[in-house]
Amino acid sequence: MIRIQSLEKHYQKLHVLKSINLSVEPSKITAIVGPNSAGKSTLIKSILGLVFPDRGDISINGERVNGRWDYRRKIGYMPQLARFPENLTLKELLALVRDLRHHPDDTDMELFEVFNLGKEWDKPIRTLSGGTRQKVSAVIAFLFRPSILILDEPTAGLDPIASSNLKDKILKERDLGKTFILTSHIMSELEELSEHIVFLLEGKIFFEGLTDELVRYTGERNLERAIATLMKGRPVWTELQKS
Amino acid sequence: MDGTAKILKYEFHNILRSKWMIGYAIFFLVITDGLFRFVGTDAKVILSLMNIILAVIPLASIIFGAMYVYHSREFIELLLSQPIGRKNIYWGIYCGLSLTLSAGFVAGTGLPFLLEGVIDAEYLSALMLLLTAGVLLTWIFTALAFWIAVRYEDKVKGIGAAMLIWMFFTVVYDGFILLVIYWFDDYPLEPAIIGMSLANPVDLARVMLLLKFNVSAMMGYTGAVFHQFFSASTGLGVSLSVLILWAVTPFLLGLRYFQKKDF
Repeated sequence: MIRIQSLEKHYQKLHVLKSINLSVEPSKITAIVGPNSAGKSTLIKSILGLVFPDRGDISINGERVNGRWDYRRKIGYMPQLARFPENLTLKELLALVRDLRHHPDDTDMELFEVFNLGKEWDKPIRTLSGGTRQKVSAVIAFLFRPSILILDEPTAGLDPIASSNLKDKILKERDLGKTFILTSHIMSELEELSEHIVFLLEGKIFFEGLTDELVRYTGERNLERAIATLMKGRPVWTELQKS
Repeated sequence: MDGTAKILKYEFHNILRSKWMIGYAIFFLVITDGLFRFVGTDAKVILSLMNIILAVIPLASIIFGAMYVYHSREFIELLLSQPIGRKNIYWGIYCGLSLTLSAGFVAGTGLPFLLEGVIDAEYLSALMLLLTAGVLLTWIFTALAFWIAVRYEDKVKGIGAAMLIWMFFTVVYDGFILLVIYWFDDYPLEPAIIGMSLANPVDLARVMLLLKFNVSAMMGYTGAVFHQFFSASTGLGVSLSVLILWAVTPFLLGLRYFQKKDF
């Protein structure tokens, strides 16, 4: 269980997160959606400790994480843009992260096999395409069997096969009890994956609840249209809060 | 500490493979060897080396250092999402670069002396002090570079600031001291001049070496005042400790900034 309480963040004058309160339930997939620069990445990065919030608390399984780092042992992270040291080969990169995590015996190389990354084993990262890097990033996120996975636009840049492979993996791991937080702009994908949705707009949470609920209340056909309705700022959400 | 050691291992592996690092060592090798061929005696070689080192090491360390941090951005982001503390990351990357730069300098400069095999005891200690000064300047300017590079997100700004700092310490500062001497000619300037030479690591390293080599003709005003003010051994002690302070302070400032920085 990840609990976020009255989280505030400014970048200079820009108020990015405005008093965010959120509970992410265990063994579920929670999607954070919203227009560009709504604060999605900042929220995710705050959980990871890449960004330090001005105020507020974040706790994972009851433990406060503010300023600590050992809790990241439990987290697998896939950033929006996969960036790695360019001179390393794939082999060296994986050796490096294993080394940083004290060489656990039991690692999950399923995605590595599925993506058929074996043929890239000895190539330097700089020669890999954007999509392949994204695959490498996914492999690293799942590698240490973390109980929490934070995926920032995981399927962006992946071809349809890799994308569906990744989605299968996400669903499979969810069934095994892993907790997911993910963002995406592809609504059909979220409809497929997530049961929980958090809609963020200008740094505030406008809606938090079940995906089906959101679609039903907005009276739209699907999630994409429901979210679009929210983004257009129709006052649906006030009614939602009353109900 | 464990995390730092792991990052350090990776850094060594990565830097030693890069061409510019080998070029840096070869540069010192060629220069020192060339000096032996053309200048001749140990004493003269060491003196000429001093002038080269005082100009080249600060410039190379501050530019390499800043570029290196910008270049390691991806690596830092990867590390930050793993269970490692920020302190360990900063220590690891700083030590990785400053130790390899120091090693390149010491190996490149030291090797011709070993090959010549003409080091008698008198020059050996001078050479040791020269190497120490070079290593300290490497640490100081790498630390300054790291501080700048974590502060300025924009690479162009960061490299620009690094160049300005180098120019300030190696060129502008001397002019500034001359101006002060010119303006305040009527006042007792010695304590102020001592203070001012302590405030510039390049000048301080120069004064420290010249005190040791005992070449008053090259000391300049700050050196002469320093010489007058301290005995040789106190002067050496004072300048060494202040140089170390010069490495520690920007390192800690950079570290503090890095620990609060948003990525």
